Amino acid sequence: MTPTGTSKIPDILTKYRADILTDWTRQQLENTAMRRGVLRESDVTEQSGEFLNAFAEAVGAGNLTDLRGEKWDAVREVLAAVSRSRAKKGFTPSETAMFVFSLKQSLLTRLRAEIGDDTDAVASEGWTVNTILDRLGLFTTEIYQKGREEVILRQQQELMELSTPVVSLWENVLALPLIGTLDSARTQVVMESLLQAIVKSGAAIAIIDITGVPTVDTLVAQHLLKTVAAARLMGADCIISGIRPQIAQTIVHLGVDLGDVITKATLADAFALALQRSGMMVASVKGRS
Amino acid sequence: MERIPILKMGRYLLVTVQVDMHDRLAMTLQDDLTNQIVEHKARAVLIDISTLEIVDSFIGRMLANIAAMSRVLDAMTVVVGMQPSVAITLVELGLSLKGVYTALNVEKGMEFLTTSLSGEDGADAGNTG
Repeated sequence: MTPTGTSKIPDILTKYRADILTDWTRQQLENTAMRRGVLRESDVTEQSGEFLNAFAEAVGAGNLTDLRGEKWDAVREVLAAVSRSRAKKGFTPSETAMFVFSLKQSLLTRLRAEIGDDTDAVASEGWTVNTILDRLGLFTTEIYQKGREEVILRQQQELMELSTPVVSLWENVLALPLIGTLDSARTQVVMESLLQAIVKSGAAIAIIDITGVPTVDTLVAQHLLKTVAAARLMGADCIISGIRPQIAQTIVHLGVDLGDVITKATLADAFALALQRSGMMVASVKGRS
Repeated sequence: MERIPILKMGRYLLVTVQVDMHDRLAMTLQDDLTNQIVEHKARAVLIDISTLEIVDSFIGRMLANIAAMSRVLDAMTVVVGMQPSVAITLVELGLSLKGVYTALNVEKGMEFLTTSLSGEDGADAGNTG
């Protein structure tokens, strides 16, 4: 029935569209039973319907091999939209790819029923369906990956902006509480915002608090020293505070030379020193020392 | 020839760099400054680089050299008003200007000089504290 090369798939897709859609949707809902909360049945039906329409049109155009061609643009668009929305909702890659793969069963069942006894034809048509859907599945995963990467990138950026506030503790005293690991990119941001703040406020002392920095290795220490050196060039003294006992041990074991940078165990100590240096003192109201 | 003016203010010499510092200009400054320190028996040199926006390793080294030379002639050097971008560049170039005093602006630089020199010279003894 198919030796002429014309595929039965377009006919089947048009003829049994409603049946395939029902089967497929039901199967998807079974597969994603755990996700009932995030994925509504109406959404699944709508997405599946859109995909089937685009798929039928692309197959109907007669090109069953070149999935990168413009005939398949609509299919790829629908898939990309589905994939992105699922990536955002926290689906796993396989759950996302199952969207396409789960179409196989209903499509192949119809195919077998339609073609009947011609095993050669069933095999060859089955092969075509498999190839197409496999490649579409891979495409879904690719888009899914891209969607996740975008999310990660955005979060990184937000983290970068969030985690480097420069706060003014007192007249002429700035504090820079660092949270999280210091890498080169972050050091650059930290350094720039600190120096800008020094220029803006005319501060003479800047306290860099590293209580929130989980580990200090040679690289982090080097970044800290760079920041201190730059601040010194601008005419501001730096105090590094918030050095935990373990970190003090690590610094010495690594042989990191903090040079003549003033270090204090806590932010409070550093603040007291800063006040003292700027000629101020904090006294108890009752006059007790 | 273009020169960077050196102003004498009592025991201090004030240098304000208002133009782009190119290499020859920096060499001339170094020459002039050492001569003036000796001539006026200056105790300190204050270099204002607040308008300097671009530095390279040569200018950075020049600043360090000027400071070292002044120290040999028994005068302190204070560099004031460095821009953040200049500071970052110098640090990345590995020039942290050890031995050079720095201050945020001319006012603070002057204040610093007055306090640090008041001890050794009777004139400003009242200002310590």
